[in-house]
Amino acid sequence: MKPIHLIPLGAPSRPGAEPGLDLLESLAAALARTFRTPCQIRPETFDLSFALDPGRQQYHSTAIIQRLERAMYPDARVLGVTASDLYVPVLAFVFGEAQLDGNCAVVSTARLKEEFYGMPPRQDLLRKRLLKEAAHELGHTFGLRHCPDWRCLMASSHAVERLDVKGAEFCRACRKPIFENGYW
Amino acid sequence: MATAVDAPMATKTRGKILIVDDELVVRDSLGKWFASEGYIARPAGGAREALELIQQLEFDIALIDIKMPGMDGMELQARLHEADPELTVVIMTGYASVETAVQALKHGAYDYITKPVDPDELSHLVANALEHKRARREVERLRENLQEVFPSTELIGKSPAMKKATELIEMVAPTEAIVLITGETGTGKEVVARAIHAAGPRRYMPMVTIHCGGFTETLLESELFGHEKGAFTGAQYRKKGKFEIADGGSVFLDEIGDISLKTQTDLLRVLEEKEIVRVGGDQPIKVDFRCIAATNKNLEALVKEGAFRADLYCRLSVFCIDLPPLRERRDDIPLLVDHFLNKFCMATSRAMPQLSAEALEVLMHHEWPGNVRELENAVERALVVGRGPEIRPADFSFQFRADEPKGGQTLDEVERAHIERILRETQHNLSRAARVLGIDRTTLYNKLRRYGLR
Repeated sequence: MKPIHLIPLGAPSRPGAEPGLDLLESLAAALARTFRTPCQIRPETFDLSFALDPGRQQYHSTAIIQRLERAMYPDARVLGVTASDLYVPVLAFVFGEAQLDGNCAVVSTARLKEEFYGMPPRQDLLRKRLLKEAAHELGHTFGLRHCPDWRCLMASSHAVERLDVKGAEFCRACRKPIFENGYW
Repeated sequence: MATAVDAPMATKTRGKILIVDDELVVRDSLGKWFASEGYIARPAGGAREALELIQQLEFDIALIDIKMPGMDGMELQARLHEADPELTVVIMTGYASVETAVQALKHGAYDYITKPVDPDELSHLVANALEHKRARREVERLRENLQEVFPSTELIGKSPAMKKATELIEMVAPTEAIVLITGETGTGKEVVARAIHAAGPRRYMPMVTIHCGGFTETLLESELFGHEKGAFTGAQYRKKGKFEIADGGSVFLDEIGDISLKTQTDLLRVLEEKEIVRVGGDQPIKVDFRCIAATNKNLEALVKEGAFRADLYCRLSVFCIDLPPLRERRDDIPLLVDHFLNKFCMATSRAMPQLSAEALEVLMHHEWPGNVRELENAVERALVVGRGPEIRPADFSFQFRADEPKGGQTLDEVERAHIERILRETQHNLSRAARVLGIDRTTLYNKLRRYGLR
């Protein structure tokens, strides 16, 4: 059974690019409960400066995943977490990206924060959203595609409203591949 | 978002999307994004590749970059539309401008998006485009259904022969069995086919009718199986055949005894494999339909003569319904006359006239070689000719007269005599005479001049 490793992603030139430790700790605890497997926070911060697009001021998520895969242990499921905004070339942004049936995933808290939309900060909501997005991306690493059940964690969500409306659990069908991997 | 591998073109998917962009990174990231969303996406690096792909595969949506080296997005859109008129095109632009948007929409694009694309917007746009396409198909299907099913499926008649036919229809309709309807011309084979379709499990899907006798061999094949663009001179577009159009419904093959041996072979293959290949194409396409066939010919005799394939006959004659000629069920004539009078009077908002006893007597003793169709036409003509509250024997004139001498007269003589008779019956009212004769007033004038009747 592979444990989950959370990697803080930051950029030395940008102090706010790294997520707060308390947020990572609560995420680690919640993911450990969701996947019923150990989840630890790696002590080192992974530098994602190489993936910055200066024009867009966003970081290329696919490039980060490729670099993470080369750098990390193959016997752990790796989730990079950043406070910076992520993109893939044709899309305006992504909340996260994962290798389908692979080992690595990455999520961003940038657009999960209420402040991004001009609202007052809500830490509890950010925690919920981050857990849903992180579990969703990790679900992809188990080979899961988007689920038509809107309540399922694997339901597609490209806006925070959709993220809020879906549940924090996998549906029965999506739970199966994870179960087969020995997590349940 | 998941980094997904390219999936094969499966049949069960949310939709099939063609991505045309000269930038590899755009094709890649969009392809992966669509795959993770449950779509099947195929990338094309340029116009030529896109046009090749559209010939091989069917797509629901094409996402086309407007600026590409060589053929640009607008031109490609027009070419793709020629190849597949049902394809929904969405144009991608690097920058939003009113001119570009107007130009794209003017050229028939469904919508346009600006790069980089908001994933939520893209998700909605693609879902809406697919829904729009499905709705359009549904409308076409319903239109087809209305045209095909709306005509009466009511079987009129209480004679033992008709009761038997009705029982057979009730027996076979709920099944998927192939039905062969035989009977003389005008006995109501198409009405029976509609009744079977309307009472069967496929009633909410279209019933597509094809009168096989009205086409040459090549045209019939193109009608039945469809054709690819350029399959023959004049094939400017890819066209779906009747079997594809009927998807999920029924195909009524009328005058099946008139098709060539070559088409019989192709038809047998379709019935057995439930698979067609469009004329000029090489890809087999799965089709789902129920076959109902009809003929006024003796297929067994044609089989013996070698003009009809025995194996196709065996396949078609799983369940046969033979419709009796009207002369063998004269008891139904009053009911039928009443039905047609009612139908025509309703259509023209006219008070229903009475049928005189003498007129009924004439109808009961006529031979009706044209069967129910002839009776229907006779009633319609009588309603046009007779304007009073009662229909008299003089209001009827029959298309076929079994007792008339068959030889000795030229076609012109027969035509002249017939026009003269109708003129007498309509008291030389040329408009009414033209309606009865089924020609326009100008044609009638020309004929009157030609025969010296003016």
